[in-house]
Amino acid sequence: MLVYLLRRIAQSIFVALAMMVIVFFGIYMIGNPVDILISPDATPREIEETMARFGFDQPIYIQFFTFVGNALQGDLGRSFVHGESAVTLILHYMPATLELAALGLFFSVLIGVPLGVYAGYKADKWQGRAIMTGSIFGFSLPNFWVGMLLILIFAVELRWLPSTGRGDTVDVFGIRLSIFSENGLQYMILPALTLALYKASLVTRLARAGTQEALVQDYVKFARAKGVSETRILFVHVLKNIMIPIVTVLGLELGSMIAFAVVTETVFAWPGMGKLLIDSILTLDRPVIVAYLMMTVLIFIVINLVVDIVYTILDPRVRVTGGTA
Amino acid sequence: MSVLEVHNLQTHFFTDAGVVKAVDGVDFALNEGEVLGLVGESGSGKSVTGFSILRLVDPPGRVVGGHIMFRGQDLAQLPEAEMRRLRGNKIAMIFQDPMMTLNPVLRIDTQMIEAVRAHEKVSAKAARDRAISALAKVGIPSPAERLDAYPHQFSGGMRQRVAIAIALLNGPDLIVADEPTTALDVTIQSQILAEIQELARDTGTALIWITHDLAVVAGLADRVAVMYAGRIVETGQTDAVLTAPGHPYSVGLLGSIPGHGQRGERLTQIPGMAPNMAHLPPGCAFAPRCFNADERCRSDAPGIDEIDTGRALRCHHPLITPGVSA
Ligand SMILES: Nc1ncnc2c1ncn2[C@@H]1O[C@H](COP(=O)(O)OP(=O)(O)OP(=O)(O)O)[C@@H](O)[C@H]1O
Ligand code: SF4
Ligand SMILES: [Mg+2]
Repeated sequence: MLVYLLRRIAQSIFVALAMMVIVFFGIYMIGNPVDILISPDATPREIEETMARFGFDQPIYIQFFTFVGNALQGDLGRSFVHGESAVTLILHYMPATLELAALGLFFSVLIGVPLGVYAGYKADKWQGRAIMTGSIFGFSLPNFWVGMLLILIFAVELRWLPSTGRGDTVDVFGIRLSIFSENGLQYMILPALTLALYKASLVTRLARAGTQEALVQDYVKFARAKGVSETRILFVHVLKNIMIPIVTVLGLELGSMIAFAVVTETVFAWPGMGKLLIDSILTLDRPVIVAYLMMTVLIFIVINLVVDIVYTILDPRVRVTGGTA
Repeated sequence: MSVLEVHNLQTHFFTDAGVVKAVDGVDFALNEGEVLGLVGESGSGKSVTGFSILRLVDPPGRVVGGHIMFRGQDLAQLPEAEMRRLRGNKIAMIFQDPMMTLNPVLRIDTQMIEAVRAHEKVSAKAARDRAISALAKVGIPSPAERLDAYPHQFSGGMRQRVAIAIALLNGPDLIVADEPTTALDVTIQSQILAEIQELARDTGTALIWITHDLAVVAGLADRVAVMYAGRIVETGQTDAVLTAPGHPYSVGLLGSIPGHGQRGERLTQIPGMAPNMAHLPPGCAFAPRCFNADERCRSDAPGIDEIDTGRALRCHHPLITPGVSA
């Protein structure tokens, strides 16, 4: 188990390094940040000064090693626009995105699991078919369209929920979060639902397939032979079995949830990393883009590790345990 | 007093290939504390009979006819909610494959406690205590600690003991045991057989023991019912059927018991293959394989005749004459 963990961590570090190379060179091939950063009527002295400050006068491989060296110390450069450390900037915007993704994930489980289990239970009936048809919409409707529809219905027509911005925040260990404030939570509901829709469809399908498969197993029949109620069979016996693949897939999808947030955050003017990324791309604020990509990779890697560990906890057969009777 | 009376039970599977009459007019009765051996080749409908009694036949199968009188009420007509209250409480079942019957991701205690609490409002503690004593009863060492284990931490034999303990939890009146020892090796098989027999005797639980092995039935069952192609073809006291089988199929089954004829050699196999249940021949279903078959057998299906008290046969040419059998 420990060996396995160590090997997974080593793999993760390798992935992080490889990503650094790809991201750095990828970014250096597009546009010339000097042109964007310095106004056309700047003096040659000003240009030279800026060039020297950002190290643009150095050969590209020197720039790369400077980059890697700094990156290992958590320094991914300063934002051209904000003048702040790019990492600090990202960290400042990250909680808003993470809490949105977390709520979105929560919604997708809350919606997808019961729907999927029920659809699996009623697979041949109209209820099961209706749910499956519905999930096709969840898959195919574009994010921004769903977002605008939700705004139209719940914010403009019904006036139940706010449409844009972040609302009140509460400080938790020095991090500003909306999720713990009632007002802030209201602001989160629509964007989180938008973010959740696609994943909810995915979870519905996974849960349905898993439920159908589990329901024909002997252990379900045996549970019925014990007189256990259908509800308990579905939500204890079946659910515990299908949660393993669902948690695995959802964990891996959390990363793409954060990436999807780019569109959703823009639609809802949610001040998270996604919106920061779009703004930075528009201004070619290279250190911020690089830092965003690096941080996202890091998040992906950490998530994968955590998923592996959770998987081990959920499936007792994988866990290292005592002897056999 | 009779615990269970099955009359003309019919369980059919509605498949694309046609209607499979897996159980086609089965009758038998069972008294308190009695052990009935239900014997037959693979596919003869033994498990489906067992599942029909608990109303646990999987679709496309369905009980389409007959009565299952359990302590005076007809299970075939019982609403599902009341049926659930009987399952695991008054009627328990043990399955064929111990590796598959326990939920792999739930601990043994969860799976035992829920079986108690599905029927009685008792505290988790009380249910746990009952689980511990049930595990002790079936010979599981240090049951209190083993309760916290997962199924994969038990061997096949131990898992089947757990399943038996679960069946015993609520002191049922009837246990349907579907080849519970077939998947286990011979020593464990005989151990478990002896234990079950003792438990059934002590508690007065009636037992339906499903098996394809007449040798198992010999030491265990009071009566035997031999099944072929969804029908009972011979019933009687175990000794009577084993010493003087009256149906050509029973003779064939007996001939294939190891150790019953000459030692060592593989004994007479019943010629031919188990029938295709979707296309049974007209007349006697066993006719294509029967050494005694004639024209009448091939055209008319034999009815079941009681040739003696408690002894019935479904054959035009029984191998014993009425009144002669023990
Ligand atoms: N799900 C199903 N779909 C279609 N037919 C089925 C199904 N389950 C059982 N049957 C039919 O019912 C017949 C009896 O099956 P059953 O499981 O009762 O046999 P068995 O006597 O228990 O055999 P074994 O010793 O192999 O367990 C089979 O021959 C098969 O044709
Ligand atoms: S009825 Fe005829 S074919 Fe059928 S078992 Fe008896 S003798 Fe054989
Ligand atoms: Mg069977």
